[in-house]
Amino acid sequence: MTAEATAVTVRERRPAGFSLADNERWLWPAMLAPAILYIVLLVGFPFFLSLYYSLTDVTVGGRELHFVGLKNFEEIINSNTFWLALRNSVILTVISQACVLILANILAQALSANFPGKWFVRFLILLPWVAPIALGSIGWLWIFDSIYSVINWTGRAIGVLGPNDWPIWLGEPKLAMASIIIVQVWRILPLATVIILAGLSSIPQDIHDAAAVDGAGMWRRYFEITAPLIRPITLVALLFGIVFTFTDMIVVFVLTRGGPYDQTQVLASWAYFTGIQGGDLAGGAAISLFLFPVLAAVAILFLRLARRTEVL
Amino acid sequence: MTPFTTRVENAAKTTGHAAILAIFVIFLAFPFAWMVITTFKTTQDLHNTANNPYLFNDPPTLTHLKTLFEDTTFLQWLANTAAVGAVVVIVTLILAIPAGYALSRMTGTVAQTLAVGIFLTYLVPPTILFIPFARIIATLGLQDTLWSLMLVYPSFTVPFSTWLLMGFFKSIPRDLEDAAMIDGLSRFDAFMKVVMPISAAGILTAIIFTFTLVTQEFVYGVTFITASANYTVSVGVPTFLVRGDVYFWGSMMGACLIASIPVAIVYNFFVDRFVAGLTGGAVK
Amino acid sequence: MATVEARAIHKEFGDVHAVDGIDLLAKEGEFLVLLGPSGCGKTTLMRMIAGLERPTAGDIIIGGEVVTHLPPRARNIAMVFQSYALYPHLTVERNISFPLRAAGMPREQIKAKVEWAARMFGIQRFLDRKPRQLSGGERQRVALARAVVREPVVFLLDEPLSNLDAKLRNSARDELKQLQRGLGTTMIYVTHDQAEAMGLGDRIAVLNQGRIYQIGTPQEIYRAPANVFTATFIGSPPMNLIEEGSGYIGFRPEDFLPRDIEANGNSVTFPFRVTRIEYLGAERLVYGVIEGRSPETHAISRIPTMLRTEIAAGQVYDFNVREQDIARFDRATGNSLNGSGR
Repeated sequence: MTAEATAVTVRERRPAGFSLADNERWLWPAMLAPAILYIVLLVGFPFFLSLYYSLTDVTVGGRELHFVGLKNFEEIINSNTFWLALRNSVILTVISQACVLILANILAQALSANFPGKWFVRFLILLPWVAPIALGSIGWLWIFDSIYSVINWTGRAIGVLGPNDWPIWLGEPKLAMASIIIVQVWRILPLATVIILAGLSSIPQDIHDAAAVDGAGMWRRYFEITAPLIRPITLVALLFGIVFTFTDMIVVFVLTRGGPYDQTQVLASWAYFTGIQGGDLAGGAAISLFLFPVLAAVAILFLRLARRTEVL
Repeated sequence: MTPFTTRVENAAKTTGHAAILAIFVIFLAFPFAWMVITTFKTTQDLHNTANNPYLFNDPPTLTHLKTLFEDTTFLQWLANTAAVGAVVVIVTLILAIPAGYALSRMTGTVAQTLAVGIFLTYLVPPTILFIPFARIIATLGLQDTLWSLMLVYPSFTVPFSTWLLMGFFKSIPRDLEDAAMIDGLSRFDAFMKVVMPISAAGILTAIIFTFTLVTQEFVYGVTFITASANYTVSVGVPTFLVRGDVYFWGSMMGACLIASIPVAIVYNFFVDRFVAGLTGGAVK
Repeated sequence: MATVEARAIHKEFGDVHAVDGIDLLAKEGEFLVLLGPSGCGKTTLMRMIAGLERPTAGDIIIGGEVVTHLPPRARNIAMVFQSYALYPHLTVERNISFPLRAAGMPREQIKAKVEWAARMFGIQRFLDRKPRQLSGGERQRVALARAVVREPVVFLLDEPLSNLDAKLRNSARDELKQLQRGLGTTMIYVTHDQAEAMGLGDRIAVLNQGRIYQIGTPQEIYRAPANVFTATFIGSPPMNLIEEGSGYIGFRPEDFLPRDIEANGNSVTFPFRVTRIEYLGAERLVYGVIEGRSPETHAISRIPTMLRTEIAAGQVYDFNVREQDIARFDRATGNSLNGSGR
């Protein structure tokens, strides 16, 4: 080998066509910008507009609007309907999601085994979640009908309901609340189940085998091994369920229109009736803003959860 | 523990398992079975309280479906929904594919924060935004048009699809793009020519879910649209098929079925990806 | 301690015969290795012994009791998985104590046992940590501690060393063997690594395609392979196999040496054209072609470095194999034609 040292001139070469497409510092923002812009304009902007409107006297078609400070909020807090709607929203969400939590865990366990026809069973189970909420609710409207309810007919036929029992599901306030809860459980259960099922399948089979060899029976295996391992994802399912139920107006709108006499009104549906049907946009905005604290709490919980389980 | 007791235990488990599944399936699927029965029952039969509602006491009829298609604007609603769906899908893909890909390849906390932020906007419900939107749409003169829906729907389909696609692109090994770049492609070209062609599954998933979200939407639809010809299916059925106090149950149930089942069948194929998207790919 | 017997075991998955009629007896206190390539059925067989799979036909007998239809927890066995299968949400201490808690043991006793097991593997200082905070080797020890703590009658180990670094694997192997000697418990060990099998097993069962091809001590398997599969699977580099008439003859690379070393009578000589030499420190591997045969027959010779014969690539040398080191196999069945007594 020769020990000749060759001086090499070093030139900086910029290939033709080096452009935005290579420069990641500019490429990523460029690819992200349209989506982010859209979201900011169509989510961020209306949201702040809502805040603004709640402090005015704006109506849907009105020309002008005037700043009125916190008057809308005062009116709301002083009205009985608000407290009723708030109470209903909370009760509805808490009860329905508690039911969903328990039922989804049971159903997910049942679905985690392989059995013939599983594909079809899963299809049937998903139907309430996939069907448009309004249409599923209409189905239940017919099932809960005051004269033709199939539940009542069946109840009477199998002897559960006596000759003088004929529950008016959507007419009596407590029953109406129960009906709404049933429908919310019905439509959220598939989503929660499928999420928890995914969590179950992420547990390596080895862990179950080890627990079996270690002498754990079915219950111990579930409570000491399975349940703790799916806790993060169960929480995800719960948070989604809470958001979707607390902010929903459709089920109430279709089943009871908030009646009888506003007894089943929830915040979201009341916001609709006030703001859109009633024209008082500012009032509607103010009402709907009371949904935000729950949303914010859920978002924060999500973030904490994500960080802790290194999801993201 | 003997072989006999094990066998008994296993038999009990299987029966219990089947029973539990049966109860849940009945609870979840019964309303749809009921829709099917109602669609094909004569009105007399439906309104005769003496009859057993589970049986076809008169022979099944297609009258309600005929009424649905001929006497209502149901077909128009289907067309409207399809049109809105198509446009929103296209808009969503154009925005979400690049964004999802960028987020999947970027490193650093900024990218992570953005990703989570985008996903969280999916949680902002229409029932907060529909109030200001009512006035925005009116101001823009889009009141009562399908354009209003086409404009607003991406506000929730884009965040969700971006998140979904991000998870999907993350699962494609970077090696492929690295090899392409060594072979002479730019980053962007590597994306277009190497990654996109093998992303059919993920993109199809995003399409299905975007379309499903469109068909399910009700709040904006009922807020922006008043003329019956412009309804989407989800809005039209609950609001229009009621004349005063009379509910056309047969036609309504038929409409519900037609608008739900086909979408559900397609959806069923993609559920696993949907869940992976929703849970951020934490569950593989 | 107990014997473990698999009697006429079959396991079918649809059309696939994963285990195709196996009779196996692990003696009391024995370290028995199930060796074979991927897909040979060794893991399936072990899972049936553990009770994690149900045999399609046949019986499993542990300690004289037929356990075929009993669940794992009724068999008094312990298993170490390839992935260790540690419970990720539990501390090391709770991982180890899990089987004892499942058995309803009183708390004081559990504490004592956990300490005993932890001390045996030197992991006392990890008791409060979670598995994800431990290295691979440390996790393996926890898995072993969890198995040992129950004092089972048989240990089942499914490739427990395959996830360790090569360096760690050797010392872990040594410790495992010492452990088994010390406890005296029957151990059934699954691996695809023939060196590991040779080093650990009192006896080795060579499996392929769901059947046992040979069972014997490492010496028996190495020097007297019963068939072509066993002959070529054991040993690295593998046995040289040459077509000869109606069968094969085989000889190990270390028995295939230049004639000037191996000069006594009763040998067979082959003209060997050397193509490549690998210098491995303690030995040389000489790759080449045995001349005058068609199709072209490759062979490998293994010369210890202390034999300093000069070998150069491209040259032809006479290489010898002693008659007593030649194995003969029938071409049709692959079985050995050698008599006993080698």
